Amino acid sequence: MTQHFLQVEGLAKRFPGPKGKDDLTVFENIHFGIDKGEFVCIIGHSGCGKTTILNVLAGLDEASDGTVIMDGKEIYGPSLDRGVVFQGHALLPWLTTLKNVEFGVRSRWPGWSAQQIEEHSTKYLEMVGLGSALHKKPSELSGGMKQRVGIARAFAIQPKMLLLDEPFGALDALTRGTIQDELLGIVQATHQTVFMITHDVDEAILLADKIMLMSNGPYAKIAEIVEVTMPRDRTRSTIHHDPQYYRIRNHLVDFLVNRSKDFAGAAAAGHDARHPPVVRPGLEGSAEVVPMPAHLQSLSAKDADRPAPLVSKASA
Amino acid sequence: MNAKRPWLAPLLSLVFFAVFVGLWHLGTKQTVGEVIVDPEYAALIGAAAATGGQSAMPGPVDVAVKLWEHISDPFYDRGTNDKGIGIQLGHSIARVLVGFGLAALVAIPLGFVIGMSPLVYKALDPFIQVLKPISPLAWMPLALYTIKDSGISAIFVIFICSLWPMLINTAFGVAAVRKDWLNVARTLEVSRLRTAFQVILPAAAPTIMTGMRISVGIAWLVIVAAEMLVGGTGIGYFVWNEWNNLSIANIISAILFIGLIGMVLDNTLARLGRAVTYKE
Ligand SMILES: Nc1ncnc2c1ncn2[C@@H]1O[C@H](COP(=O)(O)OP(=O)(O)OP(=O)(O)O)[C@@H](O)[C@H]1O
Ligand SMILES: [Mg+2]
Repeated sequence: MTQHFLQVEGLAKRFPGPKGKDDLTVFENIHFGIDKGEFVCIIGHSGCGKTTILNVLAGLDEASDGTVIMDGKEIYGPSLDRGVVFQGHALLPWLTTLKNVEFGVRSRWPGWSAQQIEEHSTKYLEMVGLGSALHKKPSELSGGMKQRVGIARAFAIQPKMLLLDEPFGALDALTRGTIQDELLGIVQATHQTVFMITHDVDEAILLADKIMLMSNGPYAKIAEIVEVTMPRDRTRSTIHHDPQYYRIRNHLVDFLVNRSKDFAGAAAAGHDARHPPVVRPGLEGSAEVVPMPAHLQSLSAKDADRPAPLVSKASA
Repeated sequence: MNAKRPWLAPLLSLVFFAVFVGLWHLGTKQTVGEVIVDPEYAALIGAAAATGGQSAMPGPVDVAVKLWEHISDPFYDRGTNDKGIGIQLGHSIARVLVGFGLAALVAIPLGFVIGMSPLVYKALDPFIQVLKPISPLAWMPLALYTIKDSGISAIFVIFICSLWPMLINTAFGVAAVRKDWLNVARTLEVSRLRTAFQVILPAAAPTIMTGMRISVGIAWLVIVAAEMLVGGTGIGYFVWNEWNNLSIANIISAILFIGLIGMVLDNTLARLGRAVTYKE
């Protein structure tokens, strides 16, 4: 097996069940790899364990089983190598925007002078368009601005890898679009390695190189890995013109609406958790109606009376 | 509602005050004139005392005159039993501040440890539960017996009564710090000491300040009673002494000053509290 920059092997998370009952297995047998400079999104229904996986990668939570290896070293505890953008921005409300970013920068480069720290932090805040809000407290910022500060704080420590937990979940569509563009620009410029959780199919297609589809829990799995085969220089305004876009989108929606349930537990027999199927829906089929890819059809053919779902149903 | 008439509330306060003083004046005026005096009794104890001039309830004018005496010369010192009210208040304030300060030095670090460690919390909880409801004055005899100094005993009593609100609020504030903020510090590899001072302390500061405000309020309540017991100096001793002198006007003056100082202490801590409060 080729060694990826980040290698997740056999990850599992179990919570002790209520007295007398079995343990609750949120997910198990999670294997995946992320290469340097890759942008990977993970999509799945609420409660399937995405945040738990991210927290394990961040070192904030411990898995019940399995290992995570980054850059040849096993992950143990949190580290400045992995920057985290939290779901609820998690800014320190008593500090100004600038001080919030400086808080991390000081920790990353303890030897720096106050001026160096300020210059570096300011640079990253300007990068996310907050140059004019350096001395505002988080309570004086809009939701989108707060999230930008969180992003600047994570980028400013120049981590080897960035972990984002639904960073734009709480934002309105317009603000979300703007920040997505910013993130896209920064990531394209810095070749940052990113692992991101999202509920937004369009967001995933716009930003990601690979989208991991997670089946419903308990016993959630990485059902398949969708490669986004469109050229990397996408923008939000032109991406809709690419016919691949709709094929990928239909494939994702179909998974979320129809197929994500069937992977749980024993129903997933025949699914190789170590090597989840990699699919490129952008390159196959027509844009209007996409039947399930052949290898997956054979998979779900196991429940006999269930016809292969068509995507047009889901996106109607 | 009254945004257009900001003077309305103060005006109403003045009206209430005037009504109160008026009733007080009427109530005290009548009794003085109507007392029927047995001449023999009057001869025995002195006319003024017998007619109630000394011991009867003083009117607002008498109190105002006394108040003015105290304000115009607050710091005179004519021996043990005759000191200016400023000196007495000064002693009380000093005791409160020393006792309260010592309590803060113990309660805040200890509260930090309790708030951060569920184990320490569980281990200390029974002691706190038993010690907290004890009236601070119940410690007084024990303090006098062991310390053998009335002044320090009073400070000890203040220390004990200030301890609990600060301890409990600090522990609560520290334990309730948002997990997200601690996780931020962890992912940024911020040292434990820096996390304590730059994340936990500012996050818990408003709760800690609330505890301090409650403590100083209780301390100011308790100091009067404590000084009545230990005697010597202080506003509590002053009140008790004037009771023995049957000088009701002095007692009322002292009560007013106690209230005013209490208000100043409370406002000061409320202001400090606002300074460390943050909006989320
Ligand atoms: N302390 C706990 N004890 C028991 N079960 C837990 C605990 N913490 C989380 N879980 C369970 O673990 C599962 C995964 O939670 P997680 O937060 O990772 O979901 P998620 O995929 O991020 O969901 P969402 O999309 O809603 O954020 C949930 O079903 C939750 O009920
Ligand atoms: Mg989540």
